[in-house]
Amino acid sequence: MKSLFSLFAGIFLLLSPAIAQETAPDALVRKVTDEVLSVVRQDKDIQNGNSRKIIELVDTKVLPHFNFQRMTALAMGRDWNRATPEQKQRLTEEFRTLLVRTYSNSLTSYRNQTIVYKPLRLQAGETDVLVRTEILQPGSKPVPLDYALRKEGEAWKVYDVIVAGISLVTNYRDTFTQEVRANGVDGLVKMLADRNKQLEAGKKQ
Amino acid sequence: MKNRFATRAFALSFALAVGGGLSGCASTAANPKDPFEGFNRAMFAVNEGLDTVAFKPLAKGYDAIAPAPVKTGVGNFFGNIADVWTALNNLLQGKVGDAFSDVGRVLVNTTVGIAGLFDVATEMGLPKHQEDLGQTLAVWGVGDGPYFYWPIIGPRTTRDTFGWVVDIHADPVANLDDVSVRNSLLGLRFVDIRASLLPTDKVVEEAAFDKYNYVRDAYLQHRRSVIHDGNPPRELPED
Repeated sequence: MKSLFSLFAGIFLLLSPAIAQETAPDALVRKVTDEVLSVVRQDKDIQNGNSRKIIELVDTKVLPHFNFQRMTALAMGRDWNRATPEQKQRLTEEFRTLLVRTYSNSLTSYRNQTIVYKPLRLQAGETDVLVRTEILQPGSKPVPLDYALRKEGEAWKVYDVIVAGISLVTNYRDTFTQEVRANGVDGLVKMLADRNKQLEAGKKQ
Repeated sequence: MKNRFATRAFALSFALAVGGGLSGCASTAANPKDPFEGFNRAMFAVNEGLDTVAFKPLAKGYDAIAPAPVKTGVGNFFGNIADVWTALNNLLQGKVGDAFSDVGRVLVNTTVGIAGLFDVATEMGLPKHQEDLGQTLAVWGVGDGPYFYWPIIGPRTTRDTFGWVVDIHADPVANLDDVSVRNSLLGLRFVDIRASLLPTDKVVEEAAFDKYNYVRDAYLQHRRSVIHDGNPPRELPED
């Protein structure tokens, strides 16, 4: 019985590096990027700017790996703690809608750029990392595209995307802080909701 | 060396800055990095107006008319000229390896790449860098100083405004003696840069609540990143 247990334990130990490798943050970013781009490359509708199809693709392939609550908290800074649980939920939903809508569209401009994945040296026990990639285009300086990920349980979740040094999340900090200062947390919820409605309406025209 | 273009552009900006009541707006500032927000917003509005009626239509026309290889060639041509200044700034920042690589780029692209029209060097494994005096001064320890939004030139910190004045004085294109050639090239370069930014217009338009704020914060983040060659110290979020 005891030997059977140690046999299982041995197999488990042998297997675990493979498992760990599979879920490593850089491997995750690479896998998701490859999957998404291979779809984009073949889909003429997406290349022609079909928003519904793009959002569908992002919804199924990309969003499961994002932590939008943390992104919203990061965008709001200290004001996040002033929001009630209901407000937090609404803020997260609206911010998520906005980010997905505004940035998914940039996928339509993807043609044949090459993505280079910078090596990541993951220290044991590390739970917060930056996965660096670069978009190469002949003739222009490579554009850095970095993902900040944090380990949550067994899974790594993206909580920030940084393009050319610009965080798509914290770039909202100042605007959000000003809105909360002027109109409170509800004012910010309304501001986000109004913009999403406006974008939704504009799309249908 | 006379450089009327740069001198005039700077004098114009400066006159507008003073005329715009630089000090009068200081009290409205909400962001410590942007003490002259009132003035800056006024200049931002000026640029937005110019962009709508002139720059953007020009860039769109260029983007539509010029075939892709021509646009790439134009970008490469000006990029090759800029690489000389980048090499010098890399040297001034103590990045000797990068400086050598940049010199190599210029040598290869000017010859094999036919006057810089083709970026052969990148394919040979010499990646393009982009350095200016503002970055060099930052590496030497000069702080940002207040943020400004200038007409035509756009966003610059105080340090980067000063850096830009020196950059443009050292710029081979702005120093050409033949006025019409010089102005044509400056114009083409401006339109080429503006055209390369067209894809981001829509994203900013949709993503930003206050475009002025969005552009300012993106600029400041971007500069912080390039000063550290893409590796700025990370500020981990607390929670």
